[in-house]
Amino acid sequence: MRRPWRAKLSRRQLLTGAGATAASLPALHALVPHQGLLDALAAGSGRDGHHPGAHTGPSHQGTVGRVRPGANGFDPSKLLRDFDRGRTRRMASGRTLREWEIVAQDKEIEVAPGVKYAAWTYNGRVPGPTLRAREGERLRVHFVNASDHRHTMHFHGIHTAANDGVPGVGRGDIGPGESFTYEFDAEPFGLHHYHCHTSPLAEHISKGLYGAFIIDPKQGRPDADELVLVQNGFDTNFDRENEVYAVNTVAFAYLHDPIRVKRGELVRIYLLNILEFDPLNSFHIHANFFHRFPTGTRLEPTELTDLVSQAQGQRDILELRFPHTGRYMFHAHVSEFAELGWMGFFEVVD
Amino acid sequence: MESASATAERRRMRRRPAWLVGAVPLLVLAAAIAAFLALGAPGLDRIGVPQEKLAVERAVLRPGEIELRVRNDGADPVRIRQVVVNDAFAAFDQSAKRIGRLGGGTVTVQYPWIEGQDYDVSLVTETGVTIDHQIESATETPAADLGFYGLMALIGLYVGVIPVAIGMLWLPWIRRVDARWLQFLLALTVGLLGFLGIDALIEGVDFASGGAQALGGPLLVFLGAVIAYLALAGVGSHLDARGKRLSKARGGAAPAFQLAFLVALGIGLHNLGEGLAIGSAYAIGSLALGATLVVGFALHNTTEGLAIVAPVADHHTRHAAIARLVGLGFLAGAPAIVGAWIGASAFNASLAAFLFGLGAGAIAQVVVQIAPSIRDRDGRLLHPLAVGGLLSGFVVMYATGLLVSV
Repeated sequence: MRRPWRAKLSRRQLLTGAGATAASLPALHALVPHQGLLDALAAGSGRDGHHPGAHTGPSHQGTVGRVRPGANGFDPSKLLRDFDRGRTRRMASGRTLREWEIVAQDKEIEVAPGVKYAAWTYNGRVPGPTLRAREGERLRVHFVNASDHRHTMHFHGIHTAANDGVPGVGRGDIGPGESFTYEFDAEPFGLHHYHCHTSPLAEHISKGLYGAFIIDPKQGRPDADELVLVQNGFDTNFDRENEVYAVNTVAFAYLHDPIRVKRGELVRIYLLNILEFDPLNSFHIHANFFHRFPTGTRLEPTELTDLVSQAQGQRDILELRFPHTGRYMFHAHVSEFAELGWMGFFEVVD
Repeated sequence: MESASATAERRRMRRRPAWLVGAVPLLVLAAAIAAFLALGAPGLDRIGVPQEKLAVERAVLRPGEIELRVRNDGADPVRIRQVVVNDAFAAFDQSAKRIGRLGGGTVTVQYPWIEGQDYDVSLVTETGVTIDHQIESATETPAADLGFYGLMALIGLYVGVIPVAIGMLWLPWIRRVDARWLQFLLALTVGLLGFLGIDALIEGVDFASGGAQALGGPLLVFLGAVIAYLALAGVGSHLDARGKRLSKARGGAAPAFQLAFLVALGIGLHNLGEGLAIGSAYAIGSLALGATLVVGFALHNTTEGLAIVAPVADHHTRHAAIARLVGLGFLAGAPAIVGAWIGASAFNASLAAFLFGLGAGAIAQVVVQIAPSIRDRDGRLLHPLAVGGLLSGFVVMYATGLLVSV
């Protein structure tokens, strides 16, 4: 009664808080099948926020409010399946030459509802574009630095020292307004990544200068619904610890807007961990198991599991099919990361 | 010789009311500020990013809910966008989306906190700055109902009123000791008061660091001290002037009851702060309400009763005087009750700092008033007996203070 705004705000929270259902992960496990409640909440049915257990406070999960899709100029739900194959032409030798233009830009992005972060980006997005090539192609990356700071592009792959994108070797740092073309062969096939290698390294990576780099094997992989999940985080208060965790930048993006996949269809996940400041990250999926292809450099999986841990820079290709429809959670099995943004849902439909 | 016109000019000037002439600079200043702000502070561009600062003034815990009362402690407005409790985003409501400079706000976090556990509450602002507040050993904040006020009154009675009253029972004894020992007792009183004054300053500065620095921080303690000192000096000299008309002042010192009144007032202000500390500690559950605390305070504050009656040692007892003594006892002890009420229901670190400052200033003034009574026949202040008394006062306070740490 002394705080008349409370009734109003708890309704707003219902309208925007979407997946607010459970106070803890174990409780959530039990609740997952009951998607009726989730739907009611997501639809903002205006139901009273005091669920059973109100004795210990209403259940809630995630941030208050949500980041508008596209608020940053990129939508995490679209970024998932956005593969940048560049421009190609056939060289005299008969090989394919594949080219991209990548621009480094400084840009403020919203990493959690209402929380802004002064990011450094490749092509205005975090993570940068998912560059995709085929094994054996010749690749040219025209890098333009439109940022106020020196940067590089350092690719994981096999290439000459001059194209390694580290300070003091070849062109080294590319200054503001300068540009440089990195050129190398697409090898080996697998899931790799690229990131800035300018010093101080932790800062240049954690501010957003990274992206996935996929080299498909010559013979290709089986058709699948392919998704890119880049595990990242943001140190918003510069204490060299992350305040916000996510996959593909926006905290709880897929909790608010679940990833829709078809039942029975092969789903291939390109999973990459670029998280700075924390030594280990992990990916866990509920009610399912996946085949794991470490670094994607072999065509045979090494294990069938429901959890994969990744150190910084580590990556895996995961393949799975969902046998049942419904809403299935996936998240870092580091509870702290999960509850600070690295948590989402798959929505399996027929 | 002045010309006629100059004289006329001066006369004309004199007709303008003085207040109007005095207001001219103020009006010009107001106009200049208005123009400066209207033009958007020309020539002065803000460099750097906004400095967002919040002080958490009070945390109230209710089942399933943590309420933080915050005050903007910096130069820029603060917008709280998310709340993190123990490394997890939490649901919350807030009284205002934007808290302006020196403005206050309430953030109510829905969180299933568990009794006895520690919590880190982190307010995340629009720019990603985090304002952290630690809740140690969470416990429900007592509701401010009748029973609660009754309990605080009881605590105040135990630690304030009763010990002081007991201490005042030394009056018949000090009437019988000889003049030299009375001097010793007065020096002891000054020692006790000096200890309390230093203690009040330290406690005040301690509290000030927890409050909004923009409101003054430790400055509040010293402001409080100066205000109390000057106010009591004013009251003292007023009473002096009245007293001199009625009876002759003795030995340069203030009349006996007047001095006792000032001592009681100073101790009362100190006990107000002490009550505040006890009440606020009780509210956050960090007060071990037990026999040790009460016994400790009883011993500690009983000496305060001695300090009140020492100045009236050679005054003849009449019925009216007994009533006055009871009044003095309440003046010194009862503020502990009021302090406990404030501390437990509306605690604010800046207010606490200011109140402790008042206590320290009042005590300093009282010390100045008593000091002449300690002088020996040669007019020396720090004669061996006086020094002995002062040191004894410190030792007694230090030793009994060991029994009470809130």
